[in-house]
Amino acid sequence: MTTSTRGAAKAPAVLVLEDGRIFRGRAYGAVGETFGEAVFSTGMTGYQETLTDPSYHRQVVVMTAPHVGNTGVNDEDPESSRIWVAGYVVRDPARVPSNWRSRRSLDEELVQQGVVGISGIDTRALTRHLRERGAMRVGIFSGANWDGVRDEALLARVKEAPQMKGANLSAEVATKETYVVPAIGPDGEAVPIGTAKFTVAAVDLGIKGMTPHRMAQRGIEVHVLPATATVEDVYAVDPDGVFFSNGPGDPATADGPVAVMRGVLERKTPLFGICFGNQILGRALGFGTYKLKYGHRGINQPVQDRTTGKVEITAHNHGFAVDAPLDKISETPYGRAEVSHVCLNDQVVEGLQLLDQPAFSVQYHPEAAAGPHDAAYLFDRFTSLMETAQMEADRA
Amino acid sequence: MPKRTDIQSVLVIGSGPIVIGQAAEFDYSGTQACRILKAEGLRVILVNSNPATIMTDPEIADATYVEPITPEFVEKIIAKERPDALLPTLGGQTALNTAISMHEQGVLEKYGVELIGANVEAINKGEDRELFKGVVEAVKAKIGYGESARSVICHTMDDVIAGVGILGGYPVVVRPSFTMGGAGSGFAHDEEELRRIAGQGLTLSPTTEVLLEESILGWKEYELELMRDTKDNVVVVCSIENFDPMGVHTGDSITVAPAMTLTDREYQRLRDIGIAIIREVGVDTGGCNIQFAIDPADGRVIVIEMNPRVSRSSALASKATGFPIAKIAAKLAIGYTLDEVPNDITEKTPASFEPSLDYVVVKAPRFAFEKFPLADATLTTTMKSVGEAMAIGRNFTEALQKALRSLEKKGSQFTFVGPVGDKDELLATAVRPTDGRINTVMQAIRAGATQEEVFEFTRIDPWFVDQLFLIKEIADDLAAAEKLHPELLAEAKRHGFSDAQIAEIRGLREDVVREVRHALGVRPVYKTVDTCAAEFAAKTPYFYSSYDEESEVAPRTKPAVIILGSGPNRIGQGIEFDYSCVHASFALHDAGYETVMVNCNPETVSTDYDTSDRLYFEPLTLEDVLEIVHAESLAGPIAGVIVQLGGQTPLGLAQALKDNGVPVVGTSPEAIHAAEDRGAFGRVLDEAGLPAPKHGTATTFTGAKAIADEIGYPVLVRPSYVLGGRGMEIVYDEARLESYIAESTEISPTRPVLVDRFLDDAIEIDVDALYDGHELYLGGVMEHIEEAGIHSGDSACALPPITLGGYDIKRLRASTEAIAKGVGVRGLINIQFAMAGDILYVLEANPRASRTVPFTSKATAVPLAKAAARISLGTTIAELRAEGMLPKNGDGGTLPLDAPISVKEAVMPWSRFRDIHGRGVDTVLGPEMRSTGEVMGIDSVFGTAYAKSQAGAYGPLPTKGRAFISVANRDKRTMIFPARELVAHGFELMATSGTAEVLRRNGINATVVRKLSEGEGPDGEKTIVQLIHDGQVDLIVNTPYGTGGRLDGYEIRTAAVARGVPCLTTVQALAAAVQGIDALNRGDVGVRSLQEHAEQLTAARD
Repeated sequence: MTTSTRGAAKAPAVLVLEDGRIFRGRAYGAVGETFGEAVFSTGMTGYQETLTDPSYHRQVVVMTAPHVGNTGVNDEDPESSRIWVAGYVVRDPARVPSNWRSRRSLDEELVQQGVVGISGIDTRALTRHLRERGAMRVGIFSGANWDGVRDEALLARVKEAPQMKGANLSAEVATKETYVVPAIGPDGEAVPIGTAKFTVAAVDLGIKGMTPHRMAQRGIEVHVLPATATVEDVYAVDPDGVFFSNGPGDPATADGPVAVMRGVLERKTPLFGICFGNQILGRALGFGTYKLKYGHRGINQPVQDRTTGKVEITAHNHGFAVDAPLDKISETPYGRAEVSHVCLNDQVVEGLQLLDQPAFSVQYHPEAAAGPHDAAYLFDRFTSLMETAQMEADRA
Repeated sequence: MPKRTDIQSVLVIGSGPIVIGQAAEFDYSGTQACRILKAEGLRVILVNSNPATIMTDPEIADATYVEPITPEFVEKIIAKERPDALLPTLGGQTALNTAISMHEQGVLEKYGVELIGANVEAINKGEDRELFKGVVEAVKAKIGYGESARSVICHTMDDVIAGVGILGGYPVVVRPSFTMGGAGSGFAHDEEELRRIAGQGLTLSPTTEVLLEESILGWKEYELELMRDTKDNVVVVCSIENFDPMGVHTGDSITVAPAMTLTDREYQRLRDIGIAIIREVGVDTGGCNIQFAIDPADGRVIVIEMNPRVSRSSALASKATGFPIAKIAAKLAIGYTLDEVPNDITEKTPASFEPSLDYVVVKAPRFAFEKFPLADATLTTTMKSVGEAMAIGRNFTEALQKALRSLEKKGSQFTFVGPVGDKDELLATAVRPTDGRINTVMQAIRAGATQEEVFEFTRIDPWFVDQLFLIKEIADDLAAAEKLHPELLAEAKRHGFSDAQIAEIRGLREDVVREVRHALGVRPVYKTVDTCAAEFAAKTPYFYSSYDEESEVAPRTKPAVIILGSGPNRIGQGIEFDYSCVHASFALHDAGYETVMVNCNPETVSTDYDTSDRLYFEPLTLEDVLEIVHAESLAGPIAGVIVQLGGQTPLGLAQALKDNGVPVVGTSPEAIHAAEDRGAFGRVLDEAGLPAPKHGTATTFTGAKAIADEIGYPVLVRPSYVLGGRGMEIVYDEARLESYIAESTEISPTRPVLVDRFLDDAIEIDVDALYDGHELYLGGVMEHIEEAGIHSGDSACALPPITLGGYDIKRLRASTEAIAKGVGVRGLINIQFAMAGDILYVLEANPRASRTVPFTSKATAVPLAKAAARISLGTTIAELRAEGMLPKNGDGGTLPLDAPISVKEAVMPWSRFRDIHGRGVDTVLGPEMRSTGEVMGIDSVFGTAYAKSQAGAYGPLPTKGRAFISVANRDKRTMIFPARELVAHGFELMATSGTAEVLRRNGINATVVRKLSEGEGPDGEKTIVQLIHDGQVDLIVNTPYGTGGRLDGYEIRTAAVARGVPCLTTVQALAAAVQGIDALNRGDVGVRSLQEHAEQLTAARD
């Protein structure tokens, strides 16, 4: 039983923001140095999912919830094969995990995966700072190597770190090889490959494990393709629908996926995008994207479906957004498009849909994990687009 | 959907008197709702019998009826006001039950009143156990999870034994069908126990049927607060996790928000089930809560129950998150949807979101078992706590330790000094959940228990157990450190240690620790409760302290007045004091001050974030208050701190605050001492030439005996320095005096016992008055119905006094003025007098707002607490008269002859408590206060007002039927006339032989019934206790026999409580009841709003 997070047992650590603000605390997880973009997440549950979400690649995540690690680490909840966050900032890490599924402590997991973190700082002050000044670069330094190093020297190192704006990161996090997630039958067993009702080609820009799982639950066989996949690669799997995933980085750099998306739109294949995928659809339609001051990261965000007026509570993780008009239908090379979903907190575009062909996307995370399941219906919507397309094809 | 346009007026039903399980939280929710509905332009009609509420202030609703919440009276109000709609979900179970019963009787249909915020079908589905089981099954069919506890119905012992297998083994719960109050139910851990309990259960059950249920004792317990609107948008406002595992009522558990030990998958599963349930039940709009149990071994989820209305938990959730559930429920009920309602705290974002917390909230219950020494203190699924404290910290340890010290009870904080005790013994004790079990657990940890052992014995989640270990390790570090260095001190503060705790560990004085801490610069910062974990800027200054880096208190220019609240509700210090604090805040805000409220009671209106300009949700200890004063002094000028409105809690801090340089306004600490200290007060009385009953103090039986011999029995004895009459007793003879002194643990050389002459047969009088140093404003004179000797808080009283004449009032006024002047009061004073023969004795004076201030204010239509707050800050009574806050002429002692009569009646918690044998506790009133709440009856004559007060408190007085009379010898003379009146009203009298004899000699026929001690008669004649249980008795008059003959009376009174039969325990109450019955039989009982009363009073004054 460890008591190592209290008192002097843990090495001192320091967090340095690029604007010079400094927080001093104790090392958490691995000891060393790390850099990234400082962002905060307001989710009170789901740290395992957050840590393993590839969209957090190169970001240092500040947890606003003070207690982190209480339920330890299990083998079922990660959203990918590794922790992606560049650094982790918490106030009060758990000393003893408590959950029947827990296999080890979060502290151990962070150490094992070499993730440098800091604990015991005023995370609310840091969050307020980021809210007022915007997301910015940050460095965390812990351990003997940094003892006695002057703050100015640390700040200089932070300023050398790369910016998030203009970063093209999808290829770094996506699968290198295509793999197949089989559909799940009504009996809960995997359906043999090639026999599912629908096949979807999913372009992995940093996909979370829950996304193909949500499709598989609906009888869809998902072929997950590398971020570098071409239109030919996509159609090589003879898809009933094409999916563009979430992922890290600046959508303005994603020219490759945008070109693939246009190829799909030209063929009018049912199309669904999530998060980064929504930004790519925005760009494919000719809209711009921009960086939000401090982004949306949490699992309590109210999004209104403008077609029904209903509000869903949704999981968000995005620092960029699509710049599309809320008040009118836009003409695009692929027909009319409209903003289908909007965040009620700040009126940011949260979803797009084409009115003349089967394509839509959302900026948030209907697959949840972590987060509420309110938006799971979007997977049904995607499925019914494919059903309609199939019926039309059968008729034709 | 925008606001409905077809509703112009709405009737809101409150929750009535404060009782265990239904307390001030419904004043908070009802007040919010009424204000919102009024702001929306609706005519708001309110009924609530509880005068000590903010919601019944005349400005909160358009028409306020302080009338009994019974279908009968509510129908009269509906007939008079003809509201379009009825909102029943904000007044607890009382409001819901009343609304349902009016629906069933067809009253709502008859008057075309629409039920909003809930529909009858949904209420039934949520509340009926069997229907709700069906709901949970339907949910499981839809979403694949959620279930009720498994159960089997058994009719034979063979069924029972086989049933255990079906349920998956021991332990199992046995519940016999159709027995009263759960009789015969219990836990069986093995076959032997099962055969015994189930065998008895099968016998007890009239249908020879027991329900065998799987035990979920010791499972993790959770609660979700949900809201739904007409467009089917649903949000989860808050998750709450119980520190105490299943088996303890959630109201009696230490609870934590947000949930601490759930993964996202498990939390989302609860959320999915919750949302599916609210849909399946069909709660159209508004809030509800759902409770869950989770098996810590494998995560199996059981849905326990739901409340299809605003509840105590929703008040807690509102305070914990900043999301005002009741306010939003009211908006949803009139047609708005969640996305149309703005979040008050951010102003920019909508209410259709789920709050995110970047802090931890801990609620701890406050019990009053010391008031019921015979009651079994084991915590069960029946709620027994009388109040609660909530604390906010940036981590669990900080919040927990703040909550424990907020309880303001000796021993509620962890202690780390003194003998450690025996580990095994402590662990064995900790198995049984009780008040203070957490302290026992801490002692077990000190005694060397391991984390595994603590979990094994208590089933408290290992994460929480580890947090207790963390606290203990810090205590060890504090004890071991050579000196208090800043890192260690900061670490201890970060985990919630108070200066007092650190002082105890270090063997220092608290003020020395504080000095050291300040010198080292270790001070708290104040963070904001903002609903969104800092994602958006908060506009509402709702603060809590934490030992963190950055403070969020903004500078201000206006002078601030800091008002100290009253802390957790307890018997003797309840909602009445919150009422006064809220009034002070309103009045001082209007007078141009910035008001700053400090309180730790989540049930109250004072801790609503928009009651005051700033709210500090903090414990009311010297340390916590001094830090707030410091923080506010950095923010801007401070006009003063008000201590005299929140009861004894802030009053007790007055001197220490002053000693620390804090400007205490109003009555000075020295003046408070002059009233509270017996010697000093005696001198005040001597100087004014006022008599007090003869008295003396002693530390031994010999000393006490000498005093008693001199002043004569009966004597009133009590320990010094106690509240609410704790330990107070009327002693009739020397033998009892000896045993009293021997039993009392609170008497020591430094804490003497006070021995007073007891004024038998005296009339007790309460006076509330304002004094500004020059002028006295007599707020009101209340005449008690019960004689002196019964605690004023438990006694019914009438205002204006019904038997006092002009000369008496004159004397009372003169005495009050002399005392107020002698003591040096600036603000409110409450004095208790006893009129014995023709002598007016002074019993005691309280230099603060009293429990009766709300009642007096409502009865006389004058806002006394507001006036007191203004006087505290230097305004004179003359000025207040000029500006119209006080009447231009006259006062509460010069009410016009046709002024309405207001009667206050106390409500007792008898039915909540059982002794260890499962029997009820005795119901006799005495000098120790035990009531939890009060109601007010108001009408033009005393009888009707009294009848209304009884209807509001206990249910309507019977107007015919059988009355049982059994009185002590000393009451036999005075009983004759009221008994004759009962017969005249058609009552059939029954009496025990002695009483029947007296009645017959006076020409009143009474059937003799057998005493319990006589047993059943030879021809099967039943005893009185059996008759009560059989429902054969409609009214009981039973006065206690002093020290002798208690037992029979005890059985009679507890049977009355069990059966809900009105039971009068004093002859004075009988006389008043007869007047009430008379009024009811005349059939002219009407309803009148407070606004109408006020108009009449004001017109008469001008």
